[in-house]
Amino acid sequence: MNLALTELRRQPSRFAVATVVLTFLSLLLLLLGGLLDGLYLGSTGAIRAQRADVIAYSESARDSFLRSRVTADMRETVEGVDGVTEVGGLGFTLLGATVPGEADLADVAVAGYELAPSGVPDPPPAGRAWADDTLQDAGVSIGDTLLVGPAATPIVVDGWVEDTNYLQQGALWVTLGTWREVQNANRPDAFVADGVVQVLIVRGDGDLAAAVDEATGSTSSLTRDQAVNALPGVKAQSSTFNVIIYSTLAVVLAVVGLFFSLLTLERTGLYGVLKAIGASTRRLFAGVVLQAVAVAVLAFAIGGFLAWLADRALPGEVPLQLTVGRYVFTFVALIVAAVLGSAISLRRVTRIDPASAIGSAA
Amino acid sequence: MSSSIPSVPALRLDGVRKVYGTGENAIVAVDHASLSVGGGEIVALLGPSGSGKTTLLSIAGGLLAATEGSVVVGAEDITGHSPRELTEFRRSKVGFVFQSVNLVPFLTAEENLLVVAELAGERGSARKAARARAKDLLAELGLSHRTSNLPSQLSGGERQRVAIGRALFNSPALVLFDEPTSALDTKIGEQVMELIQAEMRSRGTAAVIVTHDTRMTHYADRTVQIIDGVLADGVPGDGVPATADDHH
Repeated sequence: MNLALTELRRQPSRFAVATVVLTFLSLLLLLLGGLLDGLYLGSTGAIRAQRADVIAYSESARDSFLRSRVTADMRETVEGVDGVTEVGGLGFTLLGATVPGEADLADVAVAGYELAPSGVPDPPPAGRAWADDTLQDAGVSIGDTLLVGPAATPIVVDGWVEDTNYLQQGALWVTLGTWREVQNANRPDAFVADGVVQVLIVRGDGDLAAAVDEATGSTSSLTRDQAVNALPGVKAQSSTFNVIIYSTLAVVLAVVGLFFSLLTLERTGLYGVLKAIGASTRRLFAGVVLQAVAVAVLAFAIGGFLAWLADRALPGEVPLQLTVGRYVFTFVALIVAAVLGSAISLRRVTRIDPASAIGSAA
Repeated sequence: MSSSIPSVPALRLDGVRKVYGTGENAIVAVDHASLSVGGGEIVALLGPSGSGKTTLLSIAGGLLAATEGSVVVGAEDITGHSPRELTEFRRSKVGFVFQSVNLVPFLTAEENLLVVAELAGERGSARKAARARAKDLLAELGLSHRTSNLPSQLSGGERQRVAIGRALFNSPALVLFDEPTSALDTKIGEQVMELIQAEMRSRGTAAVIVTHDTRMTHYADRTVQIIDGVLADGVPGDGVPATADDHH
C-alpha cells in the first residue's frame, strides 16, 4: 500500500482538474512541437538529405541558394583542393506545376543534382524526375507529366522519394540540365548559363570549408547543418516555436506547483498527524512528487492520443508532423515540470509541525 | 491496582520547562514539571484550557522539545534527540490518539492501522504479519465487521476505536491520548474510556490521557493536575496537591 497512489486511486476526483488542465497542455505541447517539426522537416528535407561535408555558395549570395551562382571555373578550382574527393552541382527553382486532372497548382521545388542525396536514386533521364511523396497530396501520381511554371515545362514523374522537400514545396529531383531548362524557361530574370550551378556539394576530408574558400577566394562554404539553419525562416520558426513551447512548459510548472501547493495546504492537518505518528518529511514529499508524476503521465497519455487523432484528422496541408522524438521530448519535459512544480510544496511540507496534531480539533 | 504496575517507568519527566518567546514576551507554558508514569499505569492529566497540558503531552511524545529538563520514555532519553531521531522514536516507541481522531480519510479501517507498518517500511512477510496483526487488533476492538470501511462510513466511537488500534499497532510502552472523548457524547465517551482502560490493562501499556472532563478521571490509576504550567497530583478540590512524581 502506497499512500500517495492509494489516494489517487480512491479519490481520483481530487486530481481531475489538474489532470484535465495538464492533458490540454500536453496536447498543446505536442501540437506546437508537431507543427515546428512539420515546418522544419518540410523546409529542410532537401538539404538534410545531402551527403555533403560542406556546401559551397558564391560569396555574394549571403548563404542563399537562390542568390548563389557557382561557375565552372570555381568548380574546377574546388575539385583541385587537397582533401576534396567528390564535387557535384545543385540548384533549386520554386514554381507552381499543373497536375493532370487537378484544378489547383502544386507547389514544387525543381532540384537539379549530380551527387545523389540520401534516399534519392542517381539522376533520372532528362525531362524526368523523382518526386517527393508529399506531392501525392496534390494529386500527383507516378507516370504523370507535370507542366512546370508559366512556361509549362514538362517533367514526368518516375518514382517517389521521402523527406526531401525544400521550403515547404514538394521536390522534383532532376538532372542539372533539366533544372537549367526549367529555370531559364520560367525565370529568365535569373538565367543560369551552362556549367553554372547554385551551390557545390563537396565531399572529402579535413577542414574543407576553409580550404575551399581560400582556394577559390570567391566562395562561402558551410557545413550541412549550417546550411540548414541558413535557409530562410528556419531559425526564426524554430526560435518562435521554442519560445512558445518553453512558455507552455512554464505554465505546466506553474499549474503543477499551484495545484499541489493548494493540495498540500488542504492536507496540512493530515500531514501533521502522519508526521506525529512517524512519517518523515521526505516520505510525505516523495508522495506529493509521485502524485504529480502520476498525474503528468496520465495527462500525457490522454494528450498524446488526442494529438495522434488530430494528426489523422487534419488536412495534409497543415504541416503537423508528430515524431517519436517529439513524443519523448514532451513526455520528459512534462515529467521534469511536474517534479519541479511539485517541489514548490517542499517548503510547505517541511514546515508542517507534527505538534499541530495535538490539541487540534480540526 | 498499583501492585500490578511494573516498576520500570514508561515515562519520566524531570524538571521540564517550556518557554515560548524570549525576554519580556516569554510565556512559560510548562514550569519545571516532573512526572513519572509507571509501566502499565494510566495517568489522567487534567487541566483547563491553556494550562499547558497539551504542551506537556507534546513534549512527552517527542513532538516538542523542552526548553529545560529531561524526557525519558522507557529506556530512551529523548531530551537531545534530533528531529530525525524524534521521527523514528514516534514511529516505533509511542502511540498517539488525537482529539479529532484524524484517520487517513481514503484508507479503510484496516489500512489505517497498516499505515504504521507502511511508515516503518515493513515489506514481504513482515507486511503479511502486519495485516494479520491489524485484523486481530480490530477484532479485539470489536471492529472485525468494519475492516473494509472508510472512516466516513464509521460512527464517531468506531473511528476512535480505530485510532486506538493505530496507536497500539506497534506495541508501544506508552500511549498518549489527547482529549479522546471530547468529540463523543457521554455514553460513547465512557465506552471508549472503558475500552482504553481494558486495552492498556491487558497489554501492560502505560497511558497519559489529557482531559478536562473530571467524569473520565476514574478510569485512570492516578490523576495529575496542571494549572498554569505547574503539575500537582489529585483531582481539583480533593486536598493539598502532592508532587506529581512521588509515586515512583
